[in-house]
Amino acid sequence: MLGAEFVQLSLTPMLIGILSAVACALPGNFLLLRRQALIGDAISHVVLPGIVVAFVITGTITAWPMMIGAGVAALVAVGLIEVIKRLGRVEPGAAMGLVFTTLFAAGVLLLERTDTSAVHIDVDHALMGSLESLIWFDATGWGSLLDPVALAGLPPQLGRLLIVTVAMVLFLRVMWRGLVITTFDPGYARAIGLPVNWIGFALVVMTAIAAVAAFDAVGSIIVIAMFVCPPAAARLMTNRLVHQIWWSVGFAVLSAILGYILAGYGPGWIGAAASVSAAGMIATVSGVILALACLFAPERRRAQQATA
Amino acid sequence: MSIPALTLKGVTVSYGGRPAVFSVDVTFPIGSMTAIIGPNGAGKSTLLKGALGIVPLLAGEARFFGLSYQDARRRVAYVPQRASVDWDFPARVIDVVMMGLYAETGFLRLFRQRHRDRAMECLSRVGMDAFAERQIGALSGGQQQRVFLARALAEAGELYILDEPFAGVDAATERAIIAVLKDLKAEGRTIIAVHHDLSTVPDYFDRVVLLNRERIADGPLEEAFTQTHLQSAYGGRLAAGQVADLAARVG
Repeated sequence: MLGAEFVQLSLTPMLIGILSAVACALPGNFLLLRRQALIGDAISHVVLPGIVVAFVITGTITAWPMMIGAGVAALVAVGLIEVIKRLGRVEPGAAMGLVFTTLFAAGVLLLERTDTSAVHIDVDHALMGSLESLIWFDATGWGSLLDPVALAGLPPQLGRLLIVTVAMVLFLRVMWRGLVITTFDPGYARAIGLPVNWIGFALVVMTAIAAVAAFDAVGSIIVIAMFVCPPAAARLMTNRLVHQIWWSVGFAVLSAILGYILAGYGPGWIGAAASVSAAGMIATVSGVILALACLFAPERRRAQQATA
Repeated sequence: MSIPALTLKGVTVSYGGRPAVFSVDVTFPIGSMTAIIGPNGAGKSTLLKGALGIVPLLAGEARFFGLSYQDARRRVAYVPQRASVDWDFPARVIDVVMMGLYAETGFLRLFRQRHRDRAMECLSRVGMDAFAERQIGALSGGQQQRVFLARALAEAGELYILDEPFAGVDAATERAIIAVLKDLKAEGRTIIAVHHDLSTVPDYFDRVVLLNRERIADGPLEEAFTQTHLQSAYGGRLAAGQVADLAARVG
């Protein structure tokens, strides 16, 4: 099972799945504690109109215009959410829900009216990505990991996600104290002179970068699930933030590996012929992990205690 | 006359288009211990938040030791309202107290043993050293308030600004907090606290600011904490007998 065929067909999709899951789960921890988990949802939906607009403008689907278009759309969405929150005086959740559904719908319409028959963007792709197709053609076995020619043929998504994940880790490390204190006690953070709004904005920008990089490879279903499920399950495992982050990374990796294997081989085990969407299965596994954490995790009683 | 710890000049703050605090002028001398009192919605917390730059000032200015807040920040320690944060946050007591050291260590420098020692020292000053490893959500309201005070102690400020430090705390906590505040005053530090229990004002504080959106009165207790001023700050919300009784204890 782990021979040359595995390296060629499964290794890179699995690594990309793992990196996508981790890159999204890391900022998800802070979004969750700030009660902003929906912002990940919002950003990953507005990526679609961003990509379509970028395609309309440039006429190509090369990576960088798409990434930039998606990033700009994410920032526009974040700005719109702020404006609606302030002018409409509605609660943040409602403002986010409004913005992302509207922009996603606009993206679908735009996509319909645009001639994309020659290129590979459609709504299915936006939702579920194409994880299974990110295979490593040039690999002939494990030895290819040391072969520069074969390595050059790795799917470019892998490199991008690796860079984004490393950047995310660095961001959290450098900004750790600022993120912690502005999340826990924003009033005090302002009083000791922290740029509370800028730190919040930096977190959202990093979230957008993770969402865009992951979206390209795995679609928005995984992105949305990974922003919320692993951090939420991790919160139920521990009462210390550092430990929560590690648990969330563990759950993200577990979801990606287990989800990929179950999607590829699971149907075969129960006698069905075709495999199912890896993205869908990875998101499902993360949801099941959260459900199990709700039932069995050590700190699950916390919430009831606090209100009692 | 020496420079005051805090001077407010024409401080005006608005919340959602309506002025919450209007043109307040008050001076807080160094070494004084001042209660800010007034009815609910009088803008007591808002006045302090405006001075500390947590909410924007519409007009006026706050000078700390004669300097802008920016320049005097390290000399000021702030204790927000306990209810303003989510105590379900995944942190231990010691983690919260160490936040008081961020201004000193910056964002990246690792905490050393001496930082940890100082945090523990601050915790023992408020009688919470046995709880250092406890999850903050597992504490009682009074214990949470003491943790907040310990965090402010870790900042080693000269001016302590406390927002409702006695709100919803048990009697033991109230005694512990007032003992710490009186110690700070004895060391020559300045205390400003939003307070709502008029009956303890004469025992705890030496100055008072009466506020009801505008400044009604401020100064030493015997000048400001009078029947007339209380009456005009609280209007009909205090029984006349109660007011006379309070003022008599000062006079």
